[in-house]
Amino acid sequence: MLEYITSYLGMNTTPGQAGNVFWAVVYILVVFGGVSVAVIAMNWLERKALAHFQIRLGPMRVGPHGLLQPIADAVKLLTKEDIIPDEADHFVFWIAPLIILCASFTVYIVIPFGPTHAITDLNIGVLFMLGVSSLSVLGVVMAGWASNSHYPLIGSLRSSAQMISYEIAMGMAVVSAILMTSLNKSGTGTLSMIGIVEAQQQQQVWFLFKFFPLGFVAFAIFAIAMVAETNRAPFDLPEAESELTAGFHTEYSGLRWSLFMLGEYTAMIAVSSIAVTLWLGGWLRPFPNTLTGPTWDLVFSLLPGFTFLALALIAFVGVIRMPKHPYFKIQTAGLAGFAAVLGLVGIVLFIPPVRDRIQDIFWFVAKVAVFMYLYIWYRATFPRYRFDQLMKVGWKVLLPIAIGVLILTAILGVVL
Amino acid sequence: MAEEPKSPTPPSGEPKPPAGQPIPGSVQSTPAQKPAEKAPEKAAAATKPAGPTPVPWESPLVAKLKAQYGSGVREANTYLGQNYLVLEPSITNEVLQILRDEEEFDYCVDVTAAHYPKREKQFDLIWILYSFARNQRLRVKTMLADGESFPSSVAIWPTTNWLEREVFDMFGIKFDGHPDLKRILLPEGWKGYPLRKDYGIIQQDEEWVKTNLGIESGQ
Amino acid sequence: MTDPTTYLSHLELGEPDKTFLDSNELIINMGPQHPATHGVLRVILKLDGEKVLGTECVIGYLHRGVEKIAENRTYTMFNPYVDRMDYVAAVSNGLGYCEAVEKLLNIQAPPRANYIRVILTELNRMASHQLWLGTHALDIGAMTPLFYTFRDREEILKIFEKYCGARLTTHAFRIGGCQYETYEGFERDVKKFLDFVPPRIDEYEELLTTNRIWLERTRNVGKISAADCKALGVTGPVLRASGVKWDIRKAQPYAAYPEFQFEIPTGANGDTYDRYMVRMQEMRQSLRIIRQAVEGIPEGPIMAKVPKVMKPPVGEVYHSIEAPKGELGYFVVSDGSTQPYRVRVRPPSFVNLQALDVMVRGQLVADVIAVIGTLDIVLGEVDR
Repeated sequence: MLEYITSYLGMNTTPGQAGNVFWAVVYILVVFGGVSVAVIAMNWLERKALAHFQIRLGPMRVGPHGLLQPIADAVKLLTKEDIIPDEADHFVFWIAPLIILCASFTVYIVIPFGPTHAITDLNIGVLFMLGVSSLSVLGVVMAGWASNSHYPLIGSLRSSAQMISYEIAMGMAVVSAILMTSLNKSGTGTLSMIGIVEAQQQQQVWFLFKFFPLGFVAFAIFAIAMVAETNRAPFDLPEAESELTAGFHTEYSGLRWSLFMLGEYTAMIAVSSIAVTLWLGGWLRPFPNTLTGPTWDLVFSLLPGFTFLALALIAFVGVIRMPKHPYFKIQTAGLAGFAAVLGLVGIVLFIPPVRDRIQDIFWFVAKVAVFMYLYIWYRATFPRYRFDQLMKVGWKVLLPIAIGVLILTAILGVVL
Repeated sequence: MAEEPKSPTPPSGEPKPPAGQPIPGSVQSTPAQKPAEKAPEKAAAATKPAGPTPVPWESPLVAKLKAQYGSGVREANTYLGQNYLVLEPSITNEVLQILRDEEEFDYCVDVTAAHYPKREKQFDLIWILYSFARNQRLRVKTMLADGESFPSSVAIWPTTNWLEREVFDMFGIKFDGHPDLKRILLPEGWKGYPLRKDYGIIQQDEEWVKTNLGIESGQ
Repeated sequence: MTDPTTYLSHLELGEPDKTFLDSNELIINMGPQHPATHGVLRVILKLDGEKVLGTECVIGYLHRGVEKIAENRTYTMFNPYVDRMDYVAAVSNGLGYCEAVEKLLNIQAPPRANYIRVILTELNRMASHQLWLGTHALDIGAMTPLFYTFRDREEILKIFEKYCGARLTTHAFRIGGCQYETYEGFERDVKKFLDFVPPRIDEYEELLTTNRIWLERTRNVGKISAADCKALGVTGPVLRASGVKWDIRKAQPYAAYPEFQFEIPTGANGDTYDRYMVRMQEMRQSLRIIRQAVEGIPEGPIMAKVPKVMKPPVGEVYHSIEAPKGELGYFVVSDGSTQPYRVRVRPPSFVNLQALDVMVRGQLVADVIAVIGTLDIVLGEVDR
């Protein structure tokens, strides 16, 4: 038994490929936990960032600067009454959010956080990812149908139509990225996610900058399409309150509704991870080839620690600026504790063995975090597209451009 | 202010006297002359003309209408610089049509009514018209008896659709030919016409309130 | 309560459909409680899929019988009620009423009072347009301009509060002039506001005017031609955006407006985008007027000699002003007593709302909300 566990530690491959079930399960749990924490953090960040865009503060009371707000929301949703409409189809009503959740989480199996830090590395990774993430459309339609009321039905049909249309543009953009992987020395492309990042490493360029501006256009198409996939602003007509149909999750309350939200954030992180992997070099640090050498390696490896120390410093400044009033004692103490934890993590990240291991994961997460912030920024800034304009953009604008980029990439790849 | 370029300046067009002591001026057959008819003691008012009175309005428009309708045009005056016509109900619809088609009064600002219960013809029905081309305002008034209906002006100005519905809602004056004459501000099924003088200020349709809002007292 | 098909009798529905699935027409109710209808407005839509075939507005949820109340109050006692109709632009309402009664009494407010009236009315126009912009953008999906406009509107409300004690329903004017002298520092506050606000308006424009999504949501949406506007009696920025250069402040001036120079912005197409641009430019023109006014306030009394007991001579008068929403008119009938015999308020939002049907025919459901927002209706005024 113990041998089974320790035998993996020497290997330089993912647990899935090594066939080691124990470590695969460990990795799954770690990823699951990490994504859940990320979703909670994202919830907090969305409320705070949106509020700051709108010149207000956002949650401030529940924990220091609202840090415990997502937990309070989760507790509230858990304790809410579970209402199922009488005429609803109970089984389908129950299973619809689960399908969305499972589809979103299954994508994480292939997402690489490092050269061997993935649950597994299927050699059809990209195909798997595209296919599984499309399953969430099924959940959306089931949710609208099971509610047995025509507003959610209309909302879910709109939402599914939107998701399907943008998947095609997404797929085309993904294919152009795949084509670029075949431009390495061995001349073979790969669909495996780890292989794509390694191809970027070999070709010494992030695919974002390859055949500039083609790579950039393909990335832009994917970035827009992924916002539409996840039903986020400016493509959030199906779930907007000020429009007529209130969306497919109208009849869901309490925990079931929170599963939808969980699924939405998970899908956001998943598609952002895919974008990062395909175009932004995955776990590669910035400038992997122009700024080489041990000193630069050292500088970049110190950055995770410095990031956390900077966050700890910001939290500490927040502690100092807390009002000096007896009511705020607990909050001040809490924030100070949070700052201390961040600082501790930062210091731990300076230790060399940790430093080397954590590099890849840190850069990956940092890039995904940038995307998350962009999502929130879009929501604060843009008005909403009307449904027919949304479909027009998906079919008449993005798709032709995506096909054009694909063809041009193919030509350039052969020619150059 | 350049309001009506064609009307003669009424005596009240001069710099208005600062003394606001109301001086009795007579207008048409409104009841209840105010009791305070004392002449102002202030010397300023004694030498001024007797305050605003309606002055006959001479204009080609009035001449044309008088020529066409004769006694149908009961009055054509100017009061405080605002022109108005008082017409017989039978010719009013035609005159409104003429005003829109030939005299360029293409914008019907308002349709409203007033209730004078002590009069034989209890309701005053008033149109306020405006001409963009001439930058002129005009009021057209007619008198209706209780229960008398009036042809609708929706065919002339579409804006009167809701305005006439409100007059019907508040006063009970029916408009023939209105496409959709029903209550607009009060709920369907309300009984009574609130802006009539015999409807109390806190009166409500108690039956409606009881059945629809469930309030026992009916208020 | 009542069968919805009776409401739509004028839309030529024909035979009621047998089953829901047989018809391709859907009747949807945007109920009185709705985040986007700016008050209690019920709109019944007859749809063919997403396309709107006809609408019917059911109003009266906010009817308070203001005109009846007027017959039971004296002229001065009725003054505060007037603010409550268009509660967003309360100062304009008060201006219209006071000027109408002043006409009836045959008195004129002194020049200083007129200047103060103009300043406050134009500030209120800005506040009303800012509120309109925030809520309109929110309906279309842009959440952020709401907060920006409300923050800047605060400055105006602070000036109102310092002047007359109230932020929203100000009761700022009295019949015959203004009751309150401008407070110490009024000019300084207004000038500070005039310097503070133009970059903010630029900020709103930056967020929206060239934003591609905003353009797609507002271009060619809710088009109404100038002829339709005139026939339907639509006034205000809606009329001006359709190309008619008509503003009561220029056509039939009142208060101190003849002494100021300002332009009347117009649009070409009469769609929602033009109405947006017209209102943005009106905001800038308001600032221009305020600047001219505040730099030239004459000295003098602020109240004309008005008798304590107001008994206007028997007669009737109609006076209208350019409220932020359109032509706001007061038709006051006096029978010589201390209480008006009849006060009729001609609300711009009521008449503009009629045009909703014409504006949304053939458009999509999502546009209905944009058009209601662009008409800038306040239900307090529609229902009185």
